[in-house]
Amino acid sequence: MIAPSEVKKIARLARLAIDEAEVARYAQDLSGILDLVERMNQADTQGVEPMAHPLDMAQRLRPDAVTETNQRELFQLNAPAVENGLFLVPKVIE
Amino acid sequence: MSLHQQSIAELRGMLDRREVSSVELAQHFLARIKAHDPALNSFISVTEDEALKAALAADHRIAAGHAEPLTGIPLAHKDIFCTLGVKTSCGSRMLDNFVAPYNATVVERLNQAGTVMLGKLNMDEFAMGSTSESSFYGPTKNPWDLSAVPGGSSGGSAAALAAGLTPLATGTDTGGSIRQPAAYCGVTGLKPTYGRVSRFGMIAYASSLDQGGPMARSAEDCAWLLKAMAGFDALDSTCSEQPVEDYTAKLGEDVAGLTIGLPREYFGEGLDGEVARAIDEAVAEFRRLGAEVREVSLPNSELAIPAYYVIAPAEASSNLSRFDGVRFGHRCEAPKDLVDLYERSRAEGFGSEVKRRIMIGAYALSSGYYDAYYLKAQRIRRLIADDFRRVLSEVDVIMGPVAPHVAPDLGTSLKDPVAMYLSDIYTVPVNLAGLPAMSIPAGFAHGRPVGLQIIGRAFDEARLLNIAHRFQQATDWHRQIPAAFA
Repeated sequence: MIAPSEVKKIARLARLAIDEAEVARYAQDLSGILDLVERMNQADTQGVEPMAHPLDMAQRLRPDAVTETNQRELFQLNAPAVENGLFLVPKVIE
Repeated sequence: MSLHQQSIAELRGMLDRREVSSVELAQHFLARIKAHDPALNSFISVTEDEALKAALAADHRIAAGHAEPLTGIPLAHKDIFCTLGVKTSCGSRMLDNFVAPYNATVVERLNQAGTVMLGKLNMDEFAMGSTSESSFYGPTKNPWDLSAVPGGSSGGSAAALAAGLTPLATGTDTGGSIRQPAAYCGVTGLKPTYGRVSRFGMIAYASSLDQGGPMARSAEDCAWLLKAMAGFDALDSTCSEQPVEDYTAKLGEDVAGLTIGLPREYFGEGLDGEVARAIDEAVAEFRRLGAEVREVSLPNSELAIPAYYVIAPAEASSNLSRFDGVRFGHRCEAPKDLVDLYERSRAEGFGSEVKRRIMIGAYALSSGYYDAYYLKAQRIRRLIADDFRRVLSEVDVIMGPVAPHVAPDLGTSLKDPVAMYLSDIYTVPVNLAGLPAMSIPAGFAHGRPVGLQIIGRAFDEARLLNIAHRFQQATDWHRQIPAAFA
């Protein structure tokens, strides 16, 4: 069973605010999923090459050339807060 | 026969002979959506004005003699595909206010082909789920039984097709999200080989597993849709350069001599008896069509779900880190500092299943656990892919059930996430191996549809579609229509 302190640590790593009241439920749910995941240990995977990608292909590279035009105004239409073409966030440095 | 019961080939013929206009077709389906969708909730957005405009343009194109096979044909997109100027929510509060500034490649190609988008389809939030109940917009219902789920995550797509609200739909499949809802709703769906269809503009869940594909009421209709969706795209660096086959050309071919493998692991404990009977009957039909059936083994199958619930959440936790409340998406009220802005925007924007998976992923990737979870899962992924490679060198295709049971009742799955995860046991291995697989209607169990799964070799979509089409020429399961939506 994952400890409450561990749940809070994971939530912080994932940048998810959680209420104190939710911690027990998360501990239970995440522990259940990890118990499922532990079944992987039944398999002997000694010497098996990890498979990161379903097709054995090399990552394609493109020429390092400018191909896109600036569409800042269009993209910022979806931003919660902008000013002079900049994204606004709370003050980071006092 | 009503317009919503016609095949794509029949609709094409009617459009070309001017027996119906594209505008009339769009109006027919829009009227059906208006009449029937309140009971189903299969659409998140209905784009009536855009549809009628596109239909008018299609009619001009047909009149000018420049029609392509899908010009003037209505369709609807899963709300995971970005659509320029149209809300693209991914079933999440996080993107409830997001109007996509560009089209997904799939959407762009289908627009170019002259299809007419009716709207955007409901889905599990960020495609994480097996029931379509985790949508911010409420659950979609199964047209065969309104007390049942339609499956997920492409549940809106499957339900809209089964109810005749659209003749074609797009879906995406990360662990079964095209095949399982297709099975639960009695429609046909194809998850293509990884890399066959561009992922550009398809909101990412687990990038090494996600694949978009066609959903329709028959294999023939899926072939038309896949032909227009598939192919190389420079905007997706994992998209394959393999040439696209003509998926409709082989549809008439005989299946005599085809070898079919039935994995014993797909017929074991946990498979509902009535589902098993329907699958057995479907396999018997293939025997009658001249196929040779033999038992095979995929011994690492039961490791697939555990490995998937490391790999998919790990990739999800990374992909979903872009939702930060700064550039787009939901932002919390009055953040007191930047971390508070991130943490509360994400906590409010994401639903509980998405949060669970992000947290599992963050845990599996965190310092000290990487080898035990992520690397271990990737090693198991290789074992599973090797199982398929070996078996598919001995047989042409693998067949079995899509899911161990029929669609469950609404409200029964989300309480126990692990039990829900385990129901994807027959679909998840295919994504880990990156192979193509279909679900086709194969009868009913407990009054609800059953899907037969057909798994093939990489890039063997044309063969899968032909096999499915031959079955559909010999059976009429795919023509069954839920009475309330006739």
